Amino acid sequence: MTDNEKTFNSGILTDERPGAVLPPKELWETKKNGLVLIECPQRIPCNPCATSCPTGAVIPFEDINDTPRIDYSKCTGCAMCVAKCPGLACFVADLTWGDKEALLKLPYETLPVPKKGQTVACLNRQGDEVHRTQVVNVAQPWKDRTYVVSVAVPKELVLEVRAVKVV
Amino acid sequence: MSVRTTEILVIGGGPAGLSAAIEAATLGAQVTVVDSDLKLGGQLIKQTHKFFGSKDEYAGTRGYKIADILFDDLRKNADRIEILSDCTATGYYPEDGTVTCMIGEESYFRMQPKKIVVATGAQERLIPFPGNDLPGVYGAGAVQTLMNVYGVTPGDRVLMVGAGNIGLIVSYQLLQAGVQVCGVVEFMPKVGGYWVHAAKIRRLGVPIYLQHTIVEALGERTVTGAIIENLAPDCTPGGKRTTIDCDIICMAVGLAPTCELLWQAGCDMKFIPQLCGHVALRDPSMRTSHPDIWIAGDAAGIEEASSAMVEGRIAGLGAAGACGHGTPEERKERFAHYSERLADLRAGEVGEKIRIGVSAAGVQKWEE
Amino acid sequence: MAMRLIQEHPILDFEHGKKKKVRFTFDGTEMEGFEGEPIAMALHAGGVRIYRETPEMKRPRGFFCAIGKCSSCFMVVDGVPNVRTCIIPLREGMSVETQRGRGEVRSEEERGV
Repeated sequence: MTDNEKTFNSGILTDERPGAVLPPKELWETKKNGLVLIECPQRIPCNPCATSCPTGAVIPFEDINDTPRIDYSKCTGCAMCVAKCPGLACFVADLTWGDKEALLKLPYETLPVPKKGQTVACLNRQGDEVHRTQVVNVAQPWKDRTYVVSVAVPKELVLEVRAVKVV
Repeated sequence: MSVRTTEILVIGGGPAGLSAAIEAATLGAQVTVVDSDLKLGGQLIKQTHKFFGSKDEYAGTRGYKIADILFDDLRKNADRIEILSDCTATGYYPEDGTVTCMIGEESYFRMQPKKIVVATGAQERLIPFPGNDLPGVYGAGAVQTLMNVYGVTPGDRVLMVGAGNIGLIVSYQLLQAGVQVCGVVEFMPKVGGYWVHAAKIRRLGVPIYLQHTIVEALGERTVTGAIIENLAPDCTPGGKRTTIDCDIICMAVGLAPTCELLWQAGCDMKFIPQLCGHVALRDPSMRTSHPDIWIAGDAAGIEEASSAMVEGRIAGLGAAGACGHGTPEERKERFAHYSERLADLRAGEVGEKIRIGVSAAGVQKWEE
Repeated sequence: MAMRLIQEHPILDFEHGKKKKVRFTFDGTEMEGFEGEPIAMALHAGGVRIYRETPEMKRPRGFFCAIGKCSSCFMVVDGVPNVRTCIIPLREGMSVETQRGRGEVRSEEERGV
């Protein structure tokens, strides 16, 4: 088994694959409010991302075991799926946020719930802190205790930051 | 010892048992549910995470809220369903079909039901290692009970053994309860549970030690640490050992169906690895070789809450039908509907193991 | 000793403040817990993890399965041995003791039956 496979097997996404793809570059760079990134590379019986998407951007599943596929032309970056996914596998990245920074919308279900303006550590997929910043927004779209925390990160960290921690 | 009677006795008030009771009562049967715990709902009431699956199976809804839906249905059938909690079924006597029950620890009575649904769930397995009996070595379900049902801090630093869905989910729940998880130890070269469950805890800094096993629990009177060992791909011992500082070792190494009553009843049993142990053989209506006993849920084979609920419906339907409730058309329609839902739940790749197990446990029709 | 309870949780509301507190003794020491919750929960919250001692090797045992199936948590409660403290409810004034060995089951006369 390669090191890459071993890393993937412990729950770290190492590369794009079906169910874990990046949005098309040109659209992503110009789409206000951002586009969704879903990291769900395994076929499991689950489809709330599709059933919760208000625009059909997450394409309705033919087979509940399918990995999610996205029609980026319909994605509005609303982050409803971010808060609905039982696996916390959906994220939204808005590359139009600033010159050097992008806005990431991440799912959050621990305590303390951060407040707007509060400082948080931005963690990569291994849980290492790679950045620190203030929270831009906190929302609870389904009013069911899953929050969507928005933070601005340097654009080069968009593919790395996947969690925040209050510090 | 006093004797009580009922039409259908459901042993176990978890998702399978409650579903069986609701189904049987809906068809007109008088049902008594006994559950040894203080609260009904089995393991469902401990699940704070959102369920997977599809809308039919309440995907996106937290487990303990799904229990609320069942409790609502119970209330709607209150005139036909009697609930006895803090009540343990202690034995089945085949000579007269009696089930002995115990309220608390000292008050006994005999129950003489017409038909029985055994929905007794499962229990945690343990693997052998020195110190595995020390206080502080707890089953994963036990840790869930402490923190999610009674709001008690389980400990300060937890080592999780097993990276199946239970190990990964309980690790996440521990983080939510403010408890540190020092790591998850997994024997295999990849996590056994859903990849997304692993990703969720990795990004919060929890290491997952693949190809590792626990070789010792440290501590004189309670757990103070653990030693884990890296295994070679062919599982030969002697690899690098790491000492972990922890006060709880949480065992999530598998569940075994709880089947004692079925053995006592003389049901045909078979060891089926895909169902995680000895289980009773059953026909499509979930009836065992004993004409008065049905099974449902983890007691029939380790699976999921969603399938437990559908199996419960099928067993309740079967037991109620055997008591003469429901018209043949009604029962046929309901049976077809539930069977289809069960098949759908088991249809994907992750359902393959279950399909093999269920097939090995299945009997087309019992000969009378 | 202050009970080790989870006061705040991101998903659940325990409402510990609304529960009825009762007093009981553990090996003679006064402790407190919530009425109607399993005895083992009160013990655990109060920092007590050792519930009994095995007959032959005198090894300490505590909580394990929490659903009354494994026998690890047996204690003597109000004189009754082999009580599954993980599911038997706590009541005011209970006397909970570390069980040493197998425990003596009371006869019907002793139980007043």
